[in-house]
Amino acid sequence: MAALLEVRDLHVSYGAIRALHGVTFHVDEGEVVTLIGANGAGKSTTLRTISALLPVDRGEILYAGEDITGVEASNIVRKRLIHVPEGRRIFSPLTVRENLEMGAFTRSDKDEIEASMENVFRLFPRLRERIAQTGGTLSGGEQQMLAVGRALMAKPRLLLMDEPSMGLAPILVEEIFDIIKEISREGVTILLVEQNAQMALSVADRGYVLETGAIQLEGSAQELGANPQVRAAYLGG
Amino acid sequence: MVEQRPSERVRLSGRGQPQKLLKKPGVLFVGGGLLFFALVQALLQFDVLNNFWRGIIFWGAAITMVALGLNLIYGFCGQFSLGQYGFYAIGSYTAADVTWRWTHSDPSGIVVVLFGSLLVLLFYIGVSRLLGAFFRVNVMTRFTFFVIATIVALAITVRFLVPSLGPVVTGVLEGLPSDVSDRIVFFLALLGGAAFAGIASFLFGIPVLELGSDYFGIATLGFTVIIKVLLDNTDTILPFPEMKGARGMIGIPMWTTWPWVFASLVLVVVVMRNLLHSSTGRAIVSVREDERAAQLVGIDVATSKVLAFVIGSVFAGLAGGIRAHDLAFLHPQNFNFIQSFNPLIIVVFGGLGSMTGTILAGFVWIFLLEGVLRLYLPAGFETWRFVVYPLVLLLMMLLRPEGLMGRYEMPFLRKKLPQLRPGVATVGDTGDTESSSGDVGANGEVVA
Repeated sequence: MAALLEVRDLHVSYGAIRALHGVTFHVDEGEVVTLIGANGAGKSTTLRTISALLPVDRGEILYAGEDITGVEASNIVRKRLIHVPEGRRIFSPLTVRENLEMGAFTRSDKDEIEASMENVFRLFPRLRERIAQTGGTLSGGEQQMLAVGRALMAKPRLLLMDEPSMGLAPILVEEIFDIIKEISREGVTILLVEQNAQMALSVADRGYVLETGAIQLEGSAQELGANPQVRAAYLGG
Repeated sequence: MVEQRPSERVRLSGRGQPQKLLKKPGVLFVGGGLLFFALVQALLQFDVLNNFWRGIIFWGAAITMVALGLNLIYGFCGQFSLGQYGFYAIGSYTAADVTWRWTHSDPSGIVVVLFGSLLVLLFYIGVSRLLGAFFRVNVMTRFTFFVIATIVALAITVRFLVPSLGPVVTGVLEGLPSDVSDRIVFFLALLGGAAFAGIASFLFGIPVLELGSDYFGIATLGFTVIIKVLLDNTDTILPFPEMKGARGMIGIPMWTTWPWVFASLVLVVVVMRNLLHSSTGRAIVSVREDERAAQLVGIDVATSKVLAFVIGSVFAGLAGGIRAHDLAFLHPQNFNFIQSFNPLIIVVFGGLGSMTGTILAGFVWIFLLEGVLRLYLPAGFETWRFVVYPLVLLLMMLLRPEGLMGRYEMPFLRKKLPQLRPGVATVGDTGDTESSSGDVGANGEVVA
C-alpha cells in the first residue's frame, strides 16, 4: 500500500538550534503510528513541521503522493491533514458549539457539517452537555475532547495528535485513548506523538523512537514494546 | 458560516404582527437611526443647533468612524495600532486635494482617485496572481512587488490618463447642474480618500503585520510620525503646493452636510457588522484569540490581519474626507502622534471588541471634551480638560478595565447564531448534566 504520509530526511531548526536532523518515516493509510521519545527529542517539532507551522530547512514531506513541503498551513488543513496541537489551544471565549464550527472553517457543505457535529457528540457525549458553555470554562479533559472534536470537524484524513494525554488524570487518559481507537476504526489515519509510551504503543500499529532529532528505532508496536532498550528508556524497565 | 438568513425570514413572516415587528432588532435599529437622522436634520434646519454644535456632531461622527476602524484592527483582530490617525490624515488630504483641485478647475484629482485606484487594484490582482504561482514568497519580496505595482499604476495614471481623461471628466461634469456635479465630485473625493488610505495600509500592512502585536504598535506609531512629517513638507518634498505644508491647507469647500455624515457612519457600521458576522469576521476574531489555533483550523492568518487592517484604515480615510470638508482647513498638527491616541482611548473606553461601546464613546468623547467642557469650564481652564480625561481613564482602568460596554452589543449588531437543529443540540440532556458537573470539579482539580 502506498504511504499516505512520507517524511524524507527532514531537517528543521529554530534559528541556530537544529531540532531535527534527517528524520525519515512513513504512515500508511488507515494506520495508527506513534512517535515516542523523551522531552526535546523533536516529536512536536516533527508534527509542527508537517502542518507547516515551522519552515523546512531540508528534506521533503509527501502527503497522498503530493509534495506538501512549503504549502501554506491553511491549505494543508484544506487537504484534510489536521493537527491537534499540544496544550489543546481551543478558543476559550467561544462556546463549545462555536469551537466545533471553527473546526469546520474550511468546509462549506452545511448539512455534512451538522452530521460531523453529531458524530463528535456521539464520541464525546460530555461536549453535547456543554454545548453552550465557553471553552475556557471546561475542565482540562473536556478541553482536550473539544480539541479532538474540533479537529474531527474538519473531516480529517490524517490526524496528527500532539500529546493528547498531557496533564490528564489516568482515567481520562484511558478515555482519550479509547476515542483514538474509535477514530481509527472509522478510517482516519493517525500519527500520534506521546510521552506516555505505554499507552501510545497499546493503540498503535507501528512506532518510531525519536532521539535528539533523529529516528533511532522503528518497528511494530509489539516489537517496540518488547525491545529491551525501549523498555528501559520509556516504559520504566 | 454564520447565517443571518433565518432571522430575516422570521422578520418577513412576522409582517402581519406589528408588536413582534417592533421587537426585531433590525427594525428598531433602522427606525431609531432614521429618527436620529430626522431629529438632527430638523434641529439643524431650524437653527436650534448652531454651527458650533453642528461641528461637534460631525466631528463626533468622524472620530467614531476612525475609532470603529481601530476597533476592527485592535479590538476584533488583536493588532495594537497607533497608525489610525495616519490613515485619517491620508483620507483627509486626499479628499481635500481632489475637491480643491476641482474648485480650481483642475480635474486631475478626480482622474487619479477614480482611475488610479482602479488601476492600482488591477495591478494588485495581477501581482497576487503572479506571486501565487510561487510557493511561499518572502514577505519583503511581496512588499516590493506591490510597491512597484502601486508606483507604476499611479505613474501611468498621472502621465497618461490625466491628460487624456481629464478633459472628458471635466466635460461630463460641467454638462451637469453645478450642485449635482459638486456632489459627484465630493462623493468621488470621499471614495478617493478611503481608497488611498486603503492602499497605504495595504502596503504598510504586508511587512509590518508579520510582527507581533506590540512591535506592530511601535511600527504604526512610526507610520503616524512619518505621515505627519510628510504633511509638514507637502509643498517642499512632495509636489502638492496647494497643501501648503506646515502652514495648513485652506480653501477646501465646506460640502459636508448631515446626510453625508450620517450616510457614511451608517455605511461604516453596517459594513463592519456584516463583516464581523461573516466567516471572514470569525477568522479575524479567531486570529485575536489564538493565532496558532486559527492556523490549525485552516485560517489564513496573514490575510485575515491584512484584511482587518485595510478595512479599518478605509474607515479612517472615509472619516478624514468627511472631517476635511467640514473644517475646510487642514493642518499637519491635527494629525500628530499625540492625536493618534484619541481613537485608541475611545476604543478602550467603549470596550475593546464592542461596536456599541465605540459608537457611544466616540460621540460622548467629542461631546464632552470638545463641547461641554470647552464651553463651560471657566475661562483659562480649557486646558484642564486634558487633566480630567486621563483621570477618568485611570479610574476606568481600575474600576472597569473591560471598557464601558465590555463586549456588549446592541441587538442589531449582536451576532445571532443559527437555530440549532432539534437533533444536534439538547442542552442539559437531563439528569446527566448534574452528575457530570460534579465530575468537572474533580477533573478540574486533577487536571489543572
